[in-house]
Amino acid sequence: MTMQMIDRFNAVVSRRQVMIGAAGLTFAIAVDGGSKSDAAVPAGEAKGISLSPWASIAPDGTIFVMSPATEMGQGSMTSLPLIFAEELDADWDKVRVVPAPIVERIYGNPAFGGAMYTAGSTAVTAYFTPLRTFGAQVRRVLLDNAARKWGVPLAELTTEPSQVVHAKSGRRLSYGEIAAFAEIPAEAPDIRPGDLKRTSTFRLIGKDVMRVELPNKVNGTAIYSIDLQIPGMIYGAMVQSPVEGGTPDNFDEAAVKAVPGVVGTARLPYGVGVLAQTAWAAFAGKAVLEQTISWNRTGKAWGFDSDKAMDAFAADARDLKVPVTTDWFKQGDAEGALAKAATVIEGEYRCDYAYHAQMEPLNAIASVSPSGDAVQVWCGTQAPTMAVETAAKALGVPRDKVTLHYTLLGGGFGRRGHRDDGYIVIAVLLSKAAKRPVKVMWTREDDVHNGKLRPITAHYLRAGLDSSGKIVAWHQRLAGDRVLPYMDPVRYEKGGEKDVILMLGVELRSYDIASQYCGQIYRDSGVRTSPLRGIGFTANKFVAEAFLDEIARRRGVDPVQLRLELLKNTPRGRAVVERVAQMANWGTKPADGHAFGFAFIDYGSSLLAGIAEISVDRASGEIKVHNFWCTIDCGIPVQPDNVIAQTQGSIVYGLGMALMERVSIKDGAVEQSNFYDYQVMRMTDVPDIHVEVIATDNHPTGAGQMGTPLVAPAVNSAFAALTGKRLRETPMTPERVKRALG
Amino acid sequence: MPTTFRVNGRAVSADAPPETPLLWIIREEIKLTGTKFGCGAGLCGACMVHVDGKRAFSCQTQLADVAGREVTTIEGLSPDSSHPVQKAWLAERVPQCGYCQSGQIMSAADLLKQNPHPTRDEIVAHMSANICRCGTYPRILRAIERAAREA
Repeated sequence: MTMQMIDRFNAVVSRRQVMIGAAGLTFAIAVDGGSKSDAAVPAGEAKGISLSPWASIAPDGTIFVMSPATEMGQGSMTSLPLIFAEELDADWDKVRVVPAPIVERIYGNPAFGGAMYTAGSTAVTAYFTPLRTFGAQVRRVLLDNAARKWGVPLAELTTEPSQVVHAKSGRRLSYGEIAAFAEIPAEAPDIRPGDLKRTSTFRLIGKDVMRVELPNKVNGTAIYSIDLQIPGMIYGAMVQSPVEGGTPDNFDEAAVKAVPGVVGTARLPYGVGVLAQTAWAAFAGKAVLEQTISWNRTGKAWGFDSDKAMDAFAADARDLKVPVTTDWFKQGDAEGALAKAATVIEGEYRCDYAYHAQMEPLNAIASVSPSGDAVQVWCGTQAPTMAVETAAKALGVPRDKVTLHYTLLGGGFGRRGHRDDGYIVIAVLLSKAAKRPVKVMWTREDDVHNGKLRPITAHYLRAGLDSSGKIVAWHQRLAGDRVLPYMDPVRYEKGGEKDVILMLGVELRSYDIASQYCGQIYRDSGVRTSPLRGIGFTANKFVAEAFLDEIARRRGVDPVQLRLELLKNTPRGRAVVERVAQMANWGTKPADGHAFGFAFIDYGSSLLAGIAEISVDRASGEIKVHNFWCTIDCGIPVQPDNVIAQTQGSIVYGLGMALMERVSIKDGAVEQSNFYDYQVMRMTDVPDIHVEVIATDNHPTGAGQMGTPLVAPAVNSAFAALTGKRLRETPMTPERVKRALG
Repeated sequence: MPTTFRVNGRAVSADAPPETPLLWIIREEIKLTGTKFGCGAGLCGACMVHVDGKRAFSCQTQLADVAGREVTTIEGLSPDSSHPVQKAWLAERVPQCGYCQSGQIMSAADLLKQNPHPTRDEIVAHMSANICRCGTYPRILRAIERAAREA
């Protein structure tokens, strides 16, 4: 969509709005007053009639539907418009998806206070009912117009894909034909929940369609921000402080400028930029700069050592005299129940820093206007809202002076939703310095060194069992590096200062454990941290499920049986557990030298169970995962095959977190650099993965990352079954395996 | 002194230092952006192209290396996404974010050209040069098996 289009679009939206409530949040639906403008039609496309800010219909029947979420591989660009098209009863072949302009009050994600932010596997969950409602409104407008034209009562009309049908007279009008004469009401039609389709009559939801952008992803035509070139642009590279908060001291500017193609350098608050005519000259200049630059040790993290910090965190978690800073979760009386318990079992676990490794190294293009009072930015972002605000703050202009062009993302995984993120700030500041458009690309080494990491956590748990072995108390103290206060202080403050990224997943909501407590011991290392696929669930479910496996083994009960007992009030949970146990033939003897391990997780309202089959090479310490079985109930699977794809992918990601991915920090700086010392899963590491979706009629819930936290506890439990030893850290590296085996 | 070579059957000439990585010439000069930058170190395979019909990391191939040679990028694999590997990729719904997939497809096409009916172990060994962070490996494997079957 062009700049002019968005301006025109905004004008239409503000002209007349009908506010309708959705889950306590306000959605605006704008209608065009019958002027038949082409307000919502993307530039260069056929003209259509704007029936709502979500859709317009061209006389040839093409239906343009807005996609409010960014696309990073999770499929929202297809599934959200498809939900709208379902209630519109559109012919999917006639739908064209248009990335929505940045108008938060219309397109904002209800899960994030209306910010345009695609994260947390929230898109389908949060937009499901609003998009159905908006689709139904547009359908009603078409029906009303057909009823008027034919002079028949609305009740006699039905729809078939992209057609209004009057069965009595056998007459039909296509949506395109109606669009050509439609009168648009001043107010959006009132659609009640009972007006929506029954789920059994869905034509699109629950049926797999080709993802809209997939054909472009097999022939090189899908465009990511790194692929763009802007007229007049030059290239920028940046040497950033190895430690958050550090500032550049000295560097040899003449040596950098001597590199052919380098046109200048720019000293920025946390590093020095190199400007060049070509990409390779920018990187060559950066290499020279790196050899001569020195840093002022400003900022908190200098001197920080992640190994030492982990030991200190673990000591704090274990030492009951160290006060918790937040009573994160409290149910019943865990302390009291522990005191009365017949048996108390203790467990300690640790989880390391980890890096996103999205395949597209971070990059952005910025073009600051000659007068310096406006900027255009091109980038891939999970959070258009944050990107706009970041660019505005960097340049010191109001946000309406920022035009953001967002693109497909070459992976997100939580890396691209931070406030004031460097890759955008750098592009803006270098363009301002160069007085021309600048394309800034990070190298992989930049992306690792300036990574924002999954935080380190240390966990101390106690479970109280009564004389029958039933778990009556669950008590955890978690010392962990903060995330949300660093990644988005605005959101942290608005949300009541709760670090959901670090802490979610410690609550055992599905399990029948009456008394639970988890206290957070807040720690701020000064290290860059971030949500990362699975967020707190990855560490916290590892800990909870591995500890439950310990308890099962101590009690001598089958781990699956223990979960079935604990899930007595959660029938959907029992269903995923029972099915995965069948799939894996749980209870039968595995192959020689192999063992099974089990885990269950509730992630939001999605429920998953997993079983890993592993073997261990005792000489090398390497854990080999042969099979991974998984069941997932995420309610109505809007795109079932994509739920499977996302679950397969998130399991692969979880295997990396479980087995090999680890960032270490010395003197405040990341020690790893590229895929040789930060290894990720390759095809040779991948087990046979068997995923089954348990479709239910519940409101759809997240599917984009739910497999990730399932893996480590299943593998950990299989290791215990195989060796009798408990690994207490993730990742479960060969070195740690060898240490555990003595 | 410009370096001349062929890209997707077309003669091209690039005026850059001879040690410049082919990747940047392809992407920023010739503007064929389907070939991706991932690691710059021959570790991830996002930059995979064919040089004289065999796969090569374009980030590890210098401009001087391709003088007079034929380079094929994803854009040149077929004019209409009709290469058996591309067709299989869509049939198996392989891509997620898609960023690594040009390189994956170029690696897979190279494999099937050398070995039209690879075993599963041969596929895994060959394709482990390429990283997919979305974790589409199970589908890549299925797609290659399909392409071998249907080609």
